[in-house]
Amino acid sequence: MKVKVLFFASLREQLGAGTLEVDLPAGVATVGALRAHLRSRGASYEGALGEKKALRMAVNQEMVPASATLKAGDEVAFFPPVTGG
Amino acid sequence: MKISVQREDFDLSREVKAISGQTTVGAVASFVGLVRDVPMTLEHYPGMTERAIAAIVEEARGRWNVMDCTVIHRYGELAAGDQIVLVAVASAHRGDAFAACEFIMDYLKTRATFWKKELRAEGGSWVEARASDDTAAGRWKK
Repeated sequence: MKVKVLFFASLREQLGAGTLEVDLPAGVATVGALRAHLRSRGASYEGALGEKKALRMAVNQEMVPASATLKAGDEVAFFPPVTGG
Repeated sequence: MKISVQREDFDLSREVKAISGQTTVGAVASFVGLVRDVPMTLEHYPGMTERAIAAIVEEARGRWNVMDCTVIHRYGELAAGDQIVLVAVASAHRGDAFAACEFIMDYLKTRATFWKKELRAEGGSWVEARASDDTAAGRWKK
C-alpha cells in the first residue's frame, strides 16, 4: 500500500525532500506509525520526526491526530506548527 | 466570499469596496497584517491552505452575521513593511463585523498552513509558533 508523504518548512529543509512515495510495510496503519517508520530511514529522519518534536499531521489536507488510519493513495503531510497571519 | 492565496500584493480599498455592494451592509471591519522589521519568505501547503481558510470562514459564518468576506494571504518573498494578510468582513452591524474579523484572524494564525522564515544577514531562521497565538484562538471556544 503506497501513500504520498509531504514535508514542509523546517522539516522539508532538514530532510532535504519535500515529497516521498512510501510503500507502507504491514503493520503501519496510522499516521503515528508512519512517523515512527520514517524515523528508521536515517539520522536526519530520526532528528526531524523524533517523538519530542511538536509536529502537525494532515491526511488528504485535513489536520489529524496520530491515531488517524491510512489507506492506499492517501496524501500525508508532516509539518511544524503553523506561523502565518 | 473570496479566499485567495497569492504572491501579489492587494489593495485594501478595492477589496473593501468589493464586499460593500449590498445596501443591507452596514459595517465592514478589516485587518491588514504587515511584515514587521525583518524580510521573510512565506511557505504554504497549496490546496490545504485554501481549504483551511474556507473552513475558518465557514465557522465564522455560523457564529455571526457575515454578509460577505474576503481573506487574502500572500506567500513568497516579502520585504519589511509589505502587506501579508487581509481579512475583511461585511455585516449588517459593527459588532458582528469586528468579532468575525478577529475570529478569522486568530484562527488563521493557528490553523492555516503557512510558515514564515525570517531572512537576516546571518542567515534564515524559521519562526517558532507562539503559545500566545493558541491562547488567542482558544478564547473563542465555548
